Amino acid sequence: MGANEHVAIDAKKRYQAGVLKYAQMGYWDPDYEVKDTDVLAVFRITPQEGVDPIEAAAAVAGESSTATWTVVWTDRLTACDKYRAKAYRIDPVPGQAGQYFCQVAYDLDLFEEGSIANLTASIIGNVFSFKPLLACRLEDMRLPVAYVKTFRGPPTGIVVERERLDKFGRPLLGATMKPKLGLSGKNYGRVVYEALTGGLDFTKDDENINSQNFMHWRDRFLYCMEGVNQAAAQTGEIKGHYLNITAGTMEEMVKRAEFARDLGSCIVMVDLIVGWTAIQSISHWCRENDMILHMHRAGHGTYTRQKNHGVSFRVIAKWLRLAGVDHLHAGTAVGKLEGDPMTVQGFYNVCRDTVTRQDLPRGLFFDQDWAGIKRVMPVASGGIHAGQMHQLLDLFGDEVVLQFGGGTIGHPMGIQAGAQANRVALEAMVLARNEGRDILNEGPDILKAAAEHCRPLRAALDTWGEVTFDYTSTDTSDFVATPTAA
Amino acid sequence: MRITQGAFSFLPDLTDAQIAAQIEYCLRNDWAVAIEFTDDPHPRNTYWSMWGHPMFDLADAAGAMQALRECREARPGHYIRINAFDPSAGWESVRLSFIVGRPAVEPGFRLVRREGPGRTLHYTLESYAVGRQPEGERYAT
Repeated sequence: MGANEHVAIDAKKRYQAGVLKYAQMGYWDPDYEVKDTDVLAVFRITPQEGVDPIEAAAAVAGESSTATWTVVWTDRLTACDKYRAKAYRIDPVPGQAGQYFCQVAYDLDLFEEGSIANLTASIIGNVFSFKPLLACRLEDMRLPVAYVKTFRGPPTGIVVERERLDKFGRPLLGATMKPKLGLSGKNYGRVVYEALTGGLDFTKDDENINSQNFMHWRDRFLYCMEGVNQAAAQTGEIKGHYLNITAGTMEEMVKRAEFARDLGSCIVMVDLIVGWTAIQSISHWCRENDMILHMHRAGHGTYTRQKNHGVSFRVIAKWLRLAGVDHLHAGTAVGKLEGDPMTVQGFYNVCRDTVTRQDLPRGLFFDQDWAGIKRVMPVASGGIHAGQMHQLLDLFGDEVVLQFGGGTIGHPMGIQAGAQANRVALEAMVLARNEGRDILNEGPDILKAAAEHCRPLRAALDTWGEVTFDYTSTDTSDFVATPTAA
Repeated sequence: MRITQGAFSFLPDLTDAQIAAQIEYCLRNDWAVAIEFTDDPHPRNTYWSMWGHPMFDLADAAGAMQALRECREARPGHYIRINAFDPSAGWESVRLSFIVGRPAVEPGFRLVRREGPGRTLHYTLESYAVGRQPEGERYAT
């Protein structure tokens, strides 16, 4: 490749009919000075064999902004240089031959205000199918303050959620009702009641609980709210059940949301698969109705898990924070589902920071100022149990919902006992941490001591204490943390 | 029943030494410590009575523990909690809250159901103790 293939050519030749390199069309500009108002994206690209990486980066910038495969004279009717995205930097991925991180800047005017649908249609619209790339992954984005401010963000946020629930200084506890499918409304509500009375703060519908023949949605809502209120009376605490309002149409979803509100529920949930527009609409509804919005990231693994192709979950988390959800499943690191600890912590930072700092070992490529937009409460769910409490608290701190589904409902002494075991383990660990103890090392002893006054915790530790899910993660850090010289 | 509001209600009642350790933790975080009491522990009773102002400039836990002793003596048969308030940007809210005193007998709540159309129910919690006696006389001391 000659160096001149990377240089934009002058306007006269540039607009002669025919095919040019994307870099020659002006989509590669290594001298570009990034503006504070630019939307930035970093893609991991794997060019096909023989494709010049710089040309591939320029193609990504081109295909995600103004370009098509050939020169069009109509560009000249526009301020086309402004609308062209610019690939401005390319770096080989450490330890991954043939892969490159390319950074692309987009002018703010390319995007409609307050619309994730518009943002995603540009950024991931068609570049991922582009033939010269073997694979492409959107790794991270920097969303400028000017753009962030066009979104309303989470309807409730961590601070207000805690004030409404009157629960402070410890992670919240939840559980997903099991079995996922087949229980009648009446039997399902029993599980809700037992788990909440035993000590959980929240119970949860699973992603695929909607309105099947075995349990219509109204039945589920009515029995769940009976369980929630009965548990509140027995404990003197505020309790909640994430009523899944996901449905086939937006109208039906709003109808279910309104019924949840009329029954006094403090929270509803939707699945990620309802789509960006539906998420933003229901978020606005929640804001109007003082409702907490729980987001179950159903389906994300189809595009977030493999490192070479798709969209990183940290980007999905950023979009969801703007779109406006209050709870977001963000991984457990220690449970049954995919998640490298450093990478998962990066997702948590995206949810909870007021300003997220660049942190390459955690996969965060940019500083991101959240411009006062509310914080999202991350949810850790999937194959976690009381015996891991010290690790969970150490990894994620207080601002998280820890969800023990099997670890509550599968308890040998019953559901209430399972919930109690989790709550005692949690409170004992928080107390010990606050006292200055080294919970990561002393955790097992702290749990053992707490179990002396709580037989259900003893039983939980005996049943699951040794269970680990020790598999290699696929979505791992590309940058090793290196100690800096003192 | 045992009302399980607050961060540590599932543990045995905290000793004074344990309470002091939690206050020290709050002070290390630059949180202001406040004592509040009530004999209406309804979960939506947001505003318990303040035992003085939040303590903003404490050097250690001793002053707060002294205030707690005075509150317990003056308000027997009440729920007492310690709240820690974080004034930093983006929080500006309570960061830790736990119960440090409670009545010997807790009669709990009655769930009142009002039936509506379409099998709907409207739920209300009523405290037995609050219903039967006026403020200040609700719980045995």
